[in-house]
Amino acid sequence: MEFAELIKTPRVDNVVLHRPFYPAVEGTLCLTGHHLILSSRQDNTEELWLLHSNIDAIDKRFVGPLGTIIIKCKDFRIIQLDIPGMEECLNIASSIEALSTLDSITLMYPFFYRPMFEVIEDGWHSFLPEQEFELYSSATSEWRLSYVNKEFAVCPSYPPIVIVPKAIDDEALRKVATFRHGGRFPVLSYYHKKNGMVIMRSGQPLTGTNGRRCKEDEKLINATLRAGKRGYIIDTRPLNVAQQARAKGGGFEQEAHYPQWRRIHKSIERYHILQESLIKLVEACNDQTHNMDRWLSRLEASNWLTHIKEILTTACLAAQCLDREGASILIHGTEGTDSTLQVTSLAQIILEPRSRTIQGFEALIEREWLQAGHPFQQRCAQSAYCNSKQKWESPVFLLFLDCVWQILRQFPCSFEFNENLLIMLFEHAYASQFGTFLGNNESERCKLKLQQKTMSLWSWVNRPSELSKFANPLFEANNLVIWPSVAPQSLQLWEGIFLRWNRSSKYLDEAYEEMVNIIEYNKELQAKVNILRRQLAELETEDGMQESP
Amino acid sequence: MEHIRTTKVEQVKLLDRFSTSNKSLTGTLYLTATHLLFIDSHQKETWILHHHIALVEKLALTTSGCPLVIQCKNFRIVHFIVPRERDCHDIYNSLLQLSKQAKYEDLYAFSYNPKQNDSERLRGWQLVDLTEEYKRMGLPNSNWQLSDANRDYKICETYPRELYVPRIASKPIIVGSSKFRSKGRFPVLSYYHQNKEAAICRCSQPLSGFSARCLEDEHLLQAISKANPANRYMYVMDTRPRLNAMANRAAGKGYENEDNYSNIRFQFVGIENIHVMRSSLQKLLEVSGSRGLSVSDFYSGLEGAGWLRHIKAVTDAAIFLAKVLIEKDWISFGHKYSDRCGHLDGDPKEVSPVFTQFLECVWHLTEQFPQAFEFNEAFLLQIHEHIHSCQFGNFIGNCQKEREELKLKEKTYSLWPFLLHDQKKYFNPLYSSTSQKLAVLEPNTVSFNFKFWRNMYHQFDRTLHPRQSVFNIIMNMNEQNKQLQKDVKDLESQIKQHKNKQTDGVLTKELLNSVRPESPALKTSLCLKEQTLLPVKDALRTVEGSSPADNRYSEYADEFSKAEPAVVSSEYGVARMTC
Repeated sequence: MEFAELIKTPRVDNVVLHRPFYPAVEGTLCLTGHHLILSSRQDNTEELWLLHSNIDAIDKRFVGPLGTIIIKCKDFRIIQLDIPGMEECLNIASSIEALSTLDSITLMYPFFYRPMFEVIEDGWHSFLPEQEFELYSSATSEWRLSYVNKEFAVCPSYPPIVIVPKAIDDEALRKVATFRHGGRFPVLSYYHKKNGMVIMRSGQPLTGTNGRRCKEDEKLINATLRAGKRGYIIDTRPLNVAQQARAKGGGFEQEAHYPQWRRIHKSIERYHILQESLIKLVEACNDQTHNMDRWLSRLEASNWLTHIKEILTTACLAAQCLDREGASILIHGTEGTDSTLQVTSLAQIILEPRSRTIQGFEALIEREWLQAGHPFQQRCAQSAYCNSKQKWESPVFLLFLDCVWQILRQFPCSFEFNENLLIMLFEHAYASQFGTFLGNNESERCKLKLQQKTMSLWSWVNRPSELSKFANPLFEANNLVIWPSVAPQSLQLWEGIFLRWNRSSKYLDEAYEEMVNIIEYNKELQAKVNILRRQLAELETEDGMQESP
Repeated sequence: MEHIRTTKVEQVKLLDRFSTSNKSLTGTLYLTATHLLFIDSHQKETWILHHHIALVEKLALTTSGCPLVIQCKNFRIVHFIVPRERDCHDIYNSLLQLSKQAKYEDLYAFSYNPKQNDSERLRGWQLVDLTEEYKRMGLPNSNWQLSDANRDYKICETYPRELYVPRIASKPIIVGSSKFRSKGRFPVLSYYHQNKEAAICRCSQPLSGFSARCLEDEHLLQAISKANPANRYMYVMDTRPRLNAMANRAAGKGYENEDNYSNIRFQFVGIENIHVMRSSLQKLLEVSGSRGLSVSDFYSGLEGAGWLRHIKAVTDAAIFLAKVLIEKDWISFGHKYSDRCGHLDGDPKEVSPVFTQFLECVWHLTEQFPQAFEFNEAFLLQIHEHIHSCQFGNFIGNCQKEREELKLKEKTYSLWPFLLHDQKKYFNPLYSSTSQKLAVLEPNTVSFNFKFWRNMYHQFDRTLHPRQSVFNIIMNMNEQNKQLQKDVKDLESQIKQHKNKQTDGVLTKELLNSVRPESPALKTSLCLKEQTLLPVKDALRTVEGSSPADNRYSEYADEFSKAEPAVVSSEYGVARMTC
């Protein structure tokens, strides 16, 4: 076994663990292929199980023979291990470093994890594209399922099954794919039942400097328009960036070739700019010594909330075009795998009540992120503490979750789930025992045989015992479109993620529990009153019968 | 009334403050002796008390009319467009006069009549009894006693008559010390912590200049130190930045010289003076009021305004707060309400948001300790509202002496009974007096805990708030639970009655030996009974209506229940799309 080679010292005694909100504890440190375990032995409660894949960076320090390893996790937690003995400390550190940066996906924990729970429903089959399409097919016959990408040959980052306009055949789709970045031809993302308008998404058109055009592409997107209607193309990049993209073979839809479409440019940042933003924000949150001015200026300099505002604004704009203007839209940036998905999925949260339920939200993640080919493996490889700045690492998904949280805060009764579901998804996207977020797209997941070899996150989440943790006690179905405020005064730092390890939430948690108690008590009383009223009514009728001879 | 020339103007437009597309409501503007009232075409009323008006501006004439901008002390900003310039001018002049009263007697409190008789009024004033408050703290005791030194306000005009001082401090010492302190405010007891036998005292700066000293003052501080037997040292906290304190020496004032006081440690806390605070708040409001604000402008503005820095400084220094503390600490001890809040047309330099700041500090504590306060945010906002409204006598005048001279207790009403009357609205449903052993709160003052208080500074900008309020729902649910508990009791007793009746009935029934088929009426009556429950549940989502003048808070609260406000759509959507 390869892991054994990497673990030079599997066990060290008398290690002291420091972690947020707990007193320091002394115990035995063990390294396994996938976990760092600290057990105090005397007392079973003081145990730490940390996935190596959750480790973002480590620092070593030595004072005499005592070594200290500071472990910075991808969920932003920082823990410290005091290890007696220089050699042990160095061995442990190098093992952790090696084990937390394994190259091969098949060596990751999900391939070794054996669930201890009973699987009620296999999550790999919970959200099949055919079932999702059935939800639409009752409302419209203008769309069809296409299996053109069955072998992942037309578009490597698309799933085998996609929804396209009925009027466009697979041959045309193949041609369009050559005209769109990464072969990502326009596909249906969301169908608005209220007025039959749609959101489509794609990669950028490959117009290049000489203004190449593609008749099939024009025909495809025009097929979604009603007679005499115009649509909107939302390009998530600013105009100058889109123009520069032409030099590299990319570009945007020219008005002359798409006369029925109006193009709107927004500016959602991508890649390392977002990663740097996250690094700065986490740094600012972790430094408790800041005075007020410094805190505010660092919060501002991180630009995190600026990104949130821009993404939310674009999503609201898309939702507005659809719902208020009654127009269909096409959304893309460059690849169509990042900012595009943020906008399409958030627009659905705003428009579609189903996506605000637990099942519906999971389906949305499955459809708009996993199936749609957001490269989780690349984007979530490292988190806020890592020094190796790779271009493809980017907290795109975390930004999406943060935006959902912002809407949840403004409409606390309109979501079936609570903040915990969002936090859980963040954690599992970065480090998990489940196979759901492994790989960059369906094609890779197929090759890895994840369905056969690993457990799906949904299999675990969708059991009643787990679901109860994620249920929002205030939920009451709201069938309306929910329009959030995107003013800076209305946006907040997501404390549940960014201040989670920096300040105790004891009093807030207790208050939340009290709130749940009040709600539970209310239900109980209502039920009791109903029963008593029924009893009374029965008694009254009996009385009535007795009185009337 | 002599100031009012026009009482009614029609076809007035009320602009949306944050709209970039000049969205507006059209309606009629009325001017009464006490309020400015706008009724829009949907019959929605906007009431503005004249005393709340901080600034009236008439802007340059536009094609649609004459713009009139009114900024209120409760952070409401309204932008009217009056079709005729003449009307606008009249209203402008009237408001200028009405919003700044030269005499106390013109304040609303002196004309406000809530239909209470004299004894009710008196009871209202007796609601908060300071003597009781001191008793609660365990005073007087062996170390502290009530002093009559200031009975006739002879020693200090801005102190109340009743003061607690160390038992061993004689009257000459007190008199001597008061001469050494700015405005005669010698050290007196503010709060006594029974369990720890420790006291908080307060006083004004000593008139030390560069070298002066006062033996009586030194004795008094010594006496205070001895009255705290549990502690070896006494701390003197100077709330000013050290530099300000030093600068004051040139004016013959200054700070205590450590060499002259034994067993005392001195510390500067660095809370800026009122002038800095005033301009800081002004900057904050300018930032938060701008249209199309970007996130980074907002945060650099927050930083530039320094308001949160001041809030943090105050909280860092502050310790205990509650309703009774407001009465005791601020009112009786001469916070210069009238001057600081600008009730009267006086020196604008004396106006400062110190009390607003205090309320904000309390709010930050409620955010950190959601279960520790019996009152809720609405209570804080309502108090803030009435500090400026001058509708009640509590916050009028600068010190107890002035308040007695104004005969406030005879001529005006106290706010507290009115708040008490509406107490359901101000109860914190999550409050727990027992489960949390929070005798003393230990607030976390790391910077990231301090947030912009949107509900205060944007109280009237309903589009910026969450569309559904967890707080209101829980509050209503809590109320409903009480009702349900009562229902359960009532029903149970009714059922019991019926059963008693039936046991009698059963006998007759058995005698008659008659059995009847189940009547169809039974089913229908069941349905009816259960339906009566449903409306109660629906009522949870909507907050009850309220009289506009007194309950501004719920004015936007009812908006929470509507799920489709058009903020994003018009401001950030179409507007951008068309350009």
